[in-house]
Amino acid sequence: MTTATAQLRASPLDALQRWLPKLVLAPSMFIVLVGFYGYILWTFVLSFTTSTFLPTYKWAGLAQYARLFDNDRWWVASKNLLLFGGLFIAISLAIGVLLAVLLDQRIRREGFIRTIYLYPMALSMIVTGTAWKWLLNPGMGLDKLLRDWGWEGFRLDWLIDPDRVVYCLVIAAVWQASGFIMAMFLAGLRGVDPSIIRAAQIDGASLPRIYWTVVLPSLRPVFFSALMILSHIAIKSFDLVAAMTAGGPGYSSDLPAMFMYSFTFSRGQMGMGSASAILMLGAILAILVPYLYSELRSKRHA
Amino acid sequence: MATLELRNVNKTYGSGLPDTLKDIQLSIRDGEFLILVGPSGCGKSTLMNCIAGLENITGGAILIDDQDVSGMSPKDRDIAMVFQSYALYPTMSVRENIEFGLKIRKMPQAAIDEEVARVAKLLQIEHLLARKPAQLSGGQQQRVAMGRALARRPKLYLFDEPLSNLDAKLRVEMRTEMKLMHQRLKTTTVYVTHDQIEAMTLGDKVAVMKDGIIQQFGTPQQIYNDPANQFVASFIGSPPMNFIPVRLARQDGRLLALLDSGQARCELPLGVAAEGLEGREIILGIRPEQITQGTGEGNGLPGIRAEVQVTEPTGPDLLVFVTLNQTKVCCRLAPDITCRVGDSLNLQFDPARVLLFDAASGERLGLGAGNASVKDNVAHFKSR
Amino acid sequence: MHSSAAKISLSRLAIHAVLLGAVLLYLVPLVVMLLTSFKTPEDISSGNLLSWPAVVTGIGWVKAWETVSGYFWNSIMITVPAVLISTAIGALNGYVLSMWRFRGSQLFFGLLLFGCFLPFQTVLLPASFTLGKLGLASTTGGLVLVHVVYGLAFTTLFFRNFYVSVPDALVKAARLDGAGFFTILRRIILPMSTPIIMVCLIWQFTQIWNDFLFGVVFSSGDSQPITVALNNLVNTSTGAKEYNVDMAAAMIAGLPTLLVYVVAGKYFVRGLTAGAVKG
Repeated sequence: MTTATAQLRASPLDALQRWLPKLVLAPSMFIVLVGFYGYILWTFVLSFTTSTFLPTYKWAGLAQYARLFDNDRWWVASKNLLLFGGLFIAISLAIGVLLAVLLDQRIRREGFIRTIYLYPMALSMIVTGTAWKWLLNPGMGLDKLLRDWGWEGFRLDWLIDPDRVVYCLVIAAVWQASGFIMAMFLAGLRGVDPSIIRAAQIDGASLPRIYWTVVLPSLRPVFFSALMILSHIAIKSFDLVAAMTAGGPGYSSDLPAMFMYSFTFSRGQMGMGSASAILMLGAILAILVPYLYSELRSKRHA
Repeated sequence: MATLELRNVNKTYGSGLPDTLKDIQLSIRDGEFLILVGPSGCGKSTLMNCIAGLENITGGAILIDDQDVSGMSPKDRDIAMVFQSYALYPTMSVRENIEFGLKIRKMPQAAIDEEVARVAKLLQIEHLLARKPAQLSGGQQQRVAMGRALARRPKLYLFDEPLSNLDAKLRVEMRTEMKLMHQRLKTTTVYVTHDQIEAMTLGDKVAVMKDGIIQQFGTPQQIYNDPANQFVASFIGSPPMNFIPVRLARQDGRLLALLDSGQARCELPLGVAAEGLEGREIILGIRPEQITQGTGEGNGLPGIRAEVQVTEPTGPDLLVFVTLNQTKVCCRLAPDITCRVGDSLNLQFDPARVLLFDAASGERLGLGAGNASVKDNVAHFKSR
Repeated sequence: MHSSAAKISLSRLAIHAVLLGAVLLYLVPLVVMLLTSFKTPEDISSGNLLSWPAVVTGIGWVKAWETVSGYFWNSIMITVPAVLISTAIGALNGYVLSMWRFRGSQLFFGLLLFGCFLPFQTVLLPASFTLGKLGLASTTGGLVLVHVVYGLAFTTLFFRNFYVSVPDALVKAARLDGAGFFTILRRIILPMSTPIIMVCLIWQFTQIWNDFLFGVVFSSGDSQPITVALNNLVNTSTGAKEYNVDMAAAMIAGLPTLLVYVVAGKYFVRGLTAGAVKG
């Protein structure tokens, strides 16, 4: 029985190979830890300080949050977010689903039509905002066009009407995002098992009814994805407001993202700005965490 | 070419998790063809990955040519592997696929070209050298995968279920080709499969695995004729061995197994080696081909009459199913026998070929004097 | 069955009508922008949104280009490096996370994924402090850094999800052939990555070119990207508004990404739905 000779020591190159994946990932790990979570923590800390033009680290307790709650503009921004977000999500979903269902009917030139619906997504929100600001211009925009076409006395001054200006934001945002929702749902519809539809047709159901009761409910995951993405867009909406209304008239079309920028960088209220940013984070977490929780739960049950 | 030895190889995936490989012990000589066979999840692919160095072992040693390679990375072990999915590099041509390993080893181009030509001729893929894997059929891809391994001229070849993705007819053809190639090239090979026919026909040595343990290690004939436990006996052989629960009786100092077909009874003498088995639950094992049609009294073999319940003519045989001791028993008879469902058939057994197993543990019992090698093997392994 | 045939063709007509109507609605803003950009300010005041220009003139474009051309080049100087760097890092990360996993790499991926949902407002202040300390405040280099850092989450996600579907027998075969970490990447993985590289490049280009928030916070004056310049142009109220210039400037700002979309649209869609699936 021969005895084994001494085990060959692994060459130094092997050791390097074992460490290489970790080395490669290390810079990104550093960036994520610092640039994402570190900075969030920093902002969190700032929200408890008395910082104004410059960061100071004097403890202020919940004072900045209290000032936020006392601030009328913040309330307006928050209410606007709910109004804007709610309308934006609902209408984008409705239009997106409708267009997807219609396109699913084997239309000629479907590719061309899809391209048209989606192109707004390729544009910057600034460009979108600029375009719609012109379109909704009171006096020279759509109202003049419709008057010239025969609708006498038509007026569209929502853009300068503090009570209605948010609807302008909704229109522009829906124009931009609904095509994407359409694309998501069309992809989802294409994944539906056609034999389910055939079975329902044999059972005697009409096509619209089949879509409403059988097909769309099976697309619940797509709904939730769309909801997540739309909510995310809504909460982050800054570019659109900056371009279309700059928060005006006054601050009636303000949104939290605009508020944060304005107070932090223009008005030198870093503490309040940080607090508003943390509240925005809270809003996103309030939507994200239940979604993730339900996803994990369903995976465990499956 | 090289020898391969596995000493007390253990592998666990993490503390608290069950062992994936437990005390694997085997060795093969230069040029031998080792088969690792077992059901899904038995650990054969994991063991293969450990031999290749793609996974680490948590205990024991792997020696190639008496050199402990347990700590070495895959590329230093001088091993080539053929995967079940062939794993051909999709963006490279067949020629580039075969050259890849040689180029990394900084072989001069002239030598590389020679190797590619040699391998292409051997496997008859010369006309495919410029094609990409996506343009090849399954059988062609398999040959290219083998060519990639052969070109490297490694110490050891590993095959991970290479024929499983081929259709049945191609599989049989390729099996014979593999055997021919091994005879020509005398390559030391480890071959993983779940197909027991491949195990029997291709291997010089076979290791039957279950739950991370080697149940038996020996030549195909040893495994077939002298299985160490009920699992090995049932895994190898098609149609599988019959297992009949029997009661024992003592008569004139001899132990007998009692068989009851519902129509008749028979007492099977178990021989001297069966001492000390009274009182235990015994399973009698007998292969379908070891049950023959009775030619009438006269040849001294114990027999029994039973009612035919199912017949399956396979072409070369007639499989007849009867019930003994309330268990379905398969008998492999000559195809020209005429019998129909409901007929009574005379069956005979050769008591010398009968095997006994402990009902609780599945262990093989009462080994006779002529089974020394099996006893040695079995003594090494803790069977379950 | 005349009635059902008629019903079917009527409903198909209705479907086509709705779809066509939607097409027009989606196109109107673009058409209006183009029309307005080719008019004179007097023409704009006298006509309406869809009226054909009395005289098709390019003075709006000329003036717009004079104003924003410098910022257009800024955007290129920012976008191109940022896209290339973030894609390269994303590819490396995705490669490691899918084929060279180690303890903690899954956790890292989870942390990274969370970063896709980050509201950037929460990092603006600390980022600007850091850029200041690094001497990169108000420079294109600083903006490139910011875009790389905050684009990492998406680019890594794209590549990791793509590489996860590559069978690991391929990497095993390469390792047995003697290939190491970088050889496998260079000779096997990257050659098969063309689809996802396209998706990533197009997605990143669109995101970074169209960005406004980072632009307005981290740059000023001469280093601003075109989105910021456009917004300044359109929303400054000195003198009479020249809508033709505004629209031309908007077109200039929007054309690059629009062009990319028209030429390589299917990759863009794949990028959107890939992100959506994970989202």
